[in-house]
Amino acid sequence: MTTRPLPEPTALTEGFWTAARQHRLVLQRCDECGRFRHYPQLLCPDCTSSSWTWTPASGRGVVYTYTRTHQPFHPAWTGRTPYVVATVELDEGVRMVSDLPPEDTDRVQIGSAVEVFFDDLPDTEVTLPRFRLVRAN
Amino acid sequence: MQLTDQCAIAGVGNTAYTRGTERSTLDLHLEAARRALDDAGLRPADVDGVMPSASAGRCAEDFIANLGLRDLAFSSTVHMGGASTIASIQSACLAISAGVASCVLVPAGRRGFSGERISTGRNVQESIMSDLLEFEAPYGNLVAAQWFAQAAQRHMHEYGTTSEQLGHVAVTIREHANLNPNALMYGKPMTLADHQGSRMISSPFRLFDCSLESDGAGAVVVTSAERARELAKPPVYVSGVGESHGYPPTSLTQKADMAVVRSLQLAGAKAFSRAEVTTDDIDCLLIHEGFTWYVIAGLEALGFVKPGEGGPFVEAGHIRLDGSLPVNPNGGALSEGHVSGINHVIEAVRQVRAEVPSARQVPGCETVAVATEGNFFDASVLVLRGERS
Repeated sequence: MTTRPLPEPTALTEGFWTAARQHRLVLQRCDECGRFRHYPQLLCPDCTSSSWTWTPASGRGVVYTYTRTHQPFHPAWTGRTPYVVATVELDEGVRMVSDLPPEDTDRVQIGSAVEVFFDDLPDTEVTLPRFRLVRAN
Repeated sequence: MQLTDQCAIAGVGNTAYTRGTERSTLDLHLEAARRALDDAGLRPADVDGVMPSASAGRCAEDFIANLGLRDLAFSSTVHMGGASTIASIQSACLAISAGVASCVLVPAGRRGFSGERISTGRNVQESIMSDLLEFEAPYGNLVAAQWFAQAAQRHMHEYGTTSEQLGHVAVTIREHANLNPNALMYGKPMTLADHQGSRMISSPFRLFDCSLESDGAGAVVVTSAERARELAKPPVYVSGVGESHGYPPTSLTQKADMAVVRSLQLAGAKAFSRAEVTTDDIDCLLIHEGFTWYVIAGLEALGFVKPGEGGPFVEAGHIRLDGSLPVNPNGGALSEGHVSGINHVIEAVRQVRAEVPSARQVPGCETVAVATEGNFFDASVLVLRGERS
């Protein structure tokens, strides 16, 4: 199986990926105004403070929108279509993108509750924080 | 200083639009440029400004070397994807109004089939894509069809927009293409059933919701209004122009409201205000539509209808040539060709000049608006008009 496109962390973003490797989801949080932000930026877009801290996130949110993709646009998804790309709104107010596990492909709806899980990609040093639908008890 | 009517589009030109070419992207740009200069009655040596297209990987030196430009006075490149075309016209007008340049060439278009083809990942990657590549591509969110599909899905959720309404956009614009022999889809009629039966690409987008992957280029020549009045064709005045860069710029998925193209609202308000027009004054509208949904979103963002009313508006036939607001009489990016939106500007100019075949000529077409979209909801809007009667 072809590997997914892999993230290439920068000095600014490596803390996010290092935490993911340890199965922790962290977000930048402004030390001045307390606002969470993602994707990583040097300055807080609300108060322009340069002071921030990687802060643990709940890993919970809802599906803001999604698309069910039927055409593989990269060899990693050949033979694995359709798959769902979801845009998730976290409880912290930021959005993250994740593909959902195959069992969620036909069940996803806008507003569906989701939770994070950690996908250690085989033969790489990369762990992707991903999301899946919260299972009913 | 106001830009209103200070500059004009003096010439337009385009290549054939094809699926398959042996020629380079630069070769296509040069053919379009020479045709635009011929159209204006200008010579290459008259060009003292050029706005090369980043999406096509072009630079000023391409044109200096091939057109023999001995003293290029102005060049700049806009990085707004498909919104660059009109934003480049705005920059050209600024340079001309300030006396920095007098005759600015704006070429655009790419080999979207044979070369820089999006579905193969061979399109030009701009630095704006870095967040997407790091945080979305690993999850399979790879191409524009998926980004805009998620916006359309949200629009459907909020307003009840339907796949059939998207289909009405595709069918209407295809009808227009069938009146345009230069359209790639000329001679290929489409029904709503054809649209509904076309294969799913990325829900809710079917194949016929997606613009064409095509090869081709177009160019326009911008001069002062005063100079344009002495050239070969009647001047088409840049009455108003505006651009707005989307916020946040990192990805479509980060927009506060993905169902609303906020930047197009802002760019449209600037262009309409500078042109001193309202939506009621627009005789014909061109929207550079990567996807059917963008026509609906564009009608809403530009204020022709309220948010959520775009779907019913197209379903009622208002955007047909015989409707209250003809949209994309050339066949647009969905059915004429995907030429980075410059084919929409060219059609607008030809509609104002009343030089398109009569079957697709909008009667009494004096004022035309053109809206282009690029990258992650970057937007630019142009209002053109002919001589006031």
